[in-house]
Amino acid sequence: MNRPLTPPSGPGCTDTPVLKERGQREVFCGLTGIVWLHRKMQDAFFLVVGSRTCAHLLQSAAGVMIFAEPRFATAILEEKDLAGLADANEELDREVARLLERRPDIRRLFLVGSCPSEVIKLDLHRAAERLTIEHSPRVMVQNYSGSGIETTFTQGEDACLATIVEAAGPTDAADLVIVGALPDVVEDQALGLLSAIGIDNVKVLPSARAEDTPAIGPNTRFALVQPFLGDTHAELERRGATHIPAPFPFGEEGTTLWLYALADAFGIDRAVVDRVTEAPRARARKAIAARAETLRGKSLFFFPDSQLEVPLARFLTRECGMTAIEIGTPFLHRTLLGPDLELIEAGPTLSEGQDVDRQLDRARAGRPDLTVCGLGLANPLEAEGLTTKWAIELVFTPVHFYEQAGDLAELFARPLRRKERLKLEAAT
Amino acid sequence: MKLTVWTYEGPPHVGAMRVATGMKGLHYVLHAPQGDTYADLLFTMIERRGHRPPVTYTTFQARDLGSDTANLFREAAQDAYARFSPQAMIVGASCTAELIQDDPGGLAEALGLPIPVIPLELPSYQRKENFGADETFFQIVRHLATEQEKTAQVTANILGPTGLGFRHRDDIEEVTALLSDMGISVNVTAPMGASPADIARLPAAHFNVLLYPETGEAAARWLERTHDMPFTRTVPIGVGATHDFLAEIAEITGRPVVADTSRLRLPWYSASVDSTYLTGKRVFVFGDATHVKAAARIARDEMGFEVAGLGCYNREFARDIRAMAKDFGVEALITDDYLEVERTIEALAPEMILGTQMERHIGKRLGIPCAVISAPVHVQDFPARYSPQAGWEGANVIFDTWVHPLVMGLEEHLLHMFREDFEFHDEAGPSHHGGHAPAAKAEGGQPPADRADQPPRDISGPVMDGTATWLADAEKELKKIPFFVRGKARRNTESFAAERGLAEISVDTLYEAKAHYAR
Repeated sequence: MNRPLTPPSGPGCTDTPVLKERGQREVFCGLTGIVWLHRKMQDAFFLVVGSRTCAHLLQSAAGVMIFAEPRFATAILEEKDLAGLADANEELDREVARLLERRPDIRRLFLVGSCPSEVIKLDLHRAAERLTIEHSPRVMVQNYSGSGIETTFTQGEDACLATIVEAAGPTDAADLVIVGALPDVVEDQALGLLSAIGIDNVKVLPSARAEDTPAIGPNTRFALVQPFLGDTHAELERRGATHIPAPFPFGEEGTTLWLYALADAFGIDRAVVDRVTEAPRARARKAIAARAETLRGKSLFFFPDSQLEVPLARFLTRECGMTAIEIGTPFLHRTLLGPDLELIEAGPTLSEGQDVDRQLDRARAGRPDLTVCGLGLANPLEAEGLTTKWAIELVFTPVHFYEQAGDLAELFARPLRRKERLKLEAAT
Repeated sequence: MKLTVWTYEGPPHVGAMRVATGMKGLHYVLHAPQGDTYADLLFTMIERRGHRPPVTYTTFQARDLGSDTANLFREAAQDAYARFSPQAMIVGASCTAELIQDDPGGLAEALGLPIPVIPLELPSYQRKENFGADETFFQIVRHLATEQEKTAQVTANILGPTGLGFRHRDDIEEVTALLSDMGISVNVTAPMGASPADIARLPAAHFNVLLYPETGEAAARWLERTHDMPFTRTVPIGVGATHDFLAEIAEITGRPVVADTSRLRLPWYSASVDSTYLTGKRVFVFGDATHVKAAARIARDEMGFEVAGLGCYNREFARDIRAMAKDFGVEALITDDYLEVERTIEALAPEMILGTQMERHIGKRLGIPCAVISAPVHVQDFPARYSPQAGWEGANVIFDTWVHPLVMGLEEHLLHMFREDFEFHDEAGPSHHGGHAPAAKAEGGQPPADRADQPPRDISGPVMDGTATWLADAEKELKKIPFFVRGKARRNTESFAAERGLAEISVDTLYEAKAHYAR
């Protein structure tokens, strides 16, 4: 009935040597995370201290411009700020005061560092302390860096959450904290599953509202739902919390193993998990099976993008029958990804970092059936005859846990089905 | 420091990318941190290009700072040359690299590459995208154009079209046809489609057509000064402007005007009785200066609209736009602050906006129809069909595009007459749109559910302090007024009440205001 998939006979990809590349990296910077974080955290405002490029990135990365008044903005540095003609701190205080006056609903303000603010060494940490004093108790001002020189794409969320943990209150309670921004519907499903297996004191990070920010202490245990949270993981451990390692909850297998790990940690029999999850597991398997017909036997190439590559490769190879040629990731965090790496059959190239032109050469040589890559590469590769899946959709779409497992497989199956469907030549 | 929510223009290096991506055989080596590669997607996604922009980024990280960022640049430039074998290279810095002062120009020169290497100085903290494109194109022309004999036949260059330009692809076709009708062939179109070798041949033409002053004026002026090449001042967008453009060419070349208007339909469509309802529609015009100038003239002279206000976001052209506004008897709005544009539109309450994608969203929120006339661009601004703005076909396209968002003549009357019909009611929007709310959502991505149909929360301070209270009857009467004029009726009545110090608005006040403002 609930037959587990057979794990690889050896150590999987655990000991696979990693191809480390240092060249042009075709990735977003960490500011991009603001695009989803500002929707998730409803009383927070993200003020990027940066350049016109930062503002343009946020506008473009949103794919479509979300013109409802966003809860983010850019304080654009100008010539006079750089030349020292204006005191950047005074300017910042003025802009923040104006912003908070206009937005009385804001409880958390993040000053987000950018490449230019890092290079001119604008001390946003001190600015945040100063502004917190000025605007307390109404608003708490915090800072993190989303700069391209420090962070890649999803690392922006990591930096933001690490900052929140640093400032979180202490506790002795034995709470479970689920770490990583999830769409609301998925978060509710996760909490429902945990409650059904008997874990109830669950907090989420990030929380929708400031007052629900979890307190952290030596009895706190935490599980990650996103693989890119290395700094947050480290900060939580520094505060005494205990990590529950597990594969990430993508697909039927990933979700089940994730729940098993939590059940084990809380002394709950795995049979309870099996009973509770029987129906959703069956649904997930059925939904995946429909898409796996398209995916089975197809080869797969990951360009580095969101750090979701390793768990997704595990899902696509084990649950959908694909073969990975290369799994590229911006940063390979072995501690967090160990359980996933173990499950992936040895064979694919594991690469970390990027030299985009060389990686493109490898992709062309490998002729994968499906290439997962960023928006800058997708159409050019399609024009060369490859089939692609844009990676950014993976962080903007509900893809975790059982009920989304079919949707996750569908994201990869659709480009392949579309290619088969289109008949653009003459009939003869 | 300036607080910005949305921007009309990107940074200047994106302008340089527009030039490089439009051209062939040119490569741009950009000293820039990791993350600046986002700009590639503007071209691959919005413009649907099947090639990566010809740009190599150094993508330096924090660990490189202070150690070997200069070396990173040298390696990137050398690798790019080896891999792409361009005919020429442009080199420069993005905003962050400008701060670390590695001097890409000097570094690249020291490499001694066997091709022209053109350094760009684009001050990221002062200037913006259009300047970046104009300056980059100018530098390329200045470095590569060579003195040479004119072509035997009269030829012209078309200057200004770039990658990611608003309808540049189709305007080139249209202008080429206009010139061809006059017996003039095109020597080079640049930057779009030109190689560095083509740039060298620019001075062989007899004159230049400056199609987009935003991105081609510095080059056109330099060619005039250095190679004695006159250039056209009129941008041929609109019927009148196209006639003026041809007259200008006749003057420059001494050839007679030949205008094949056999497929031009705007004048008749505008004169036909069906268009009567367009008379005096109040429009607000905003965008880049070139398209605003053209659109305002078309709106007033060729569509019979009333221009209620106009402005542009590129300050470089503020003087022109102010002069034009004066001629139109309105005040010019020169700003790149999206919120200021929104406030102005709200205050003017026009019946239609001719603007950019930003104004389209403003219109969506305020319930005002909008037709897009200018960059910044969106994937929708690259339609599959031929859809120029310039020339005769451009005028036809503009007529259709501007009329489409409006409620059509008879429909407008029917809405007035039978306003309670359960299907054919005003909230449904123009009937040819199949319900306006879904159409708007489909176009702009997902609006956040909680805000989609509500006016934006006011973030710009109170707009109308001391507003009189609407009595229930008057409020009900107001609801009977069709949606596309209701906002204006409300505002007019409120200002009318305010001017007279009335505390309450009755049905009578509503109709007194209507009579007062009747035009």
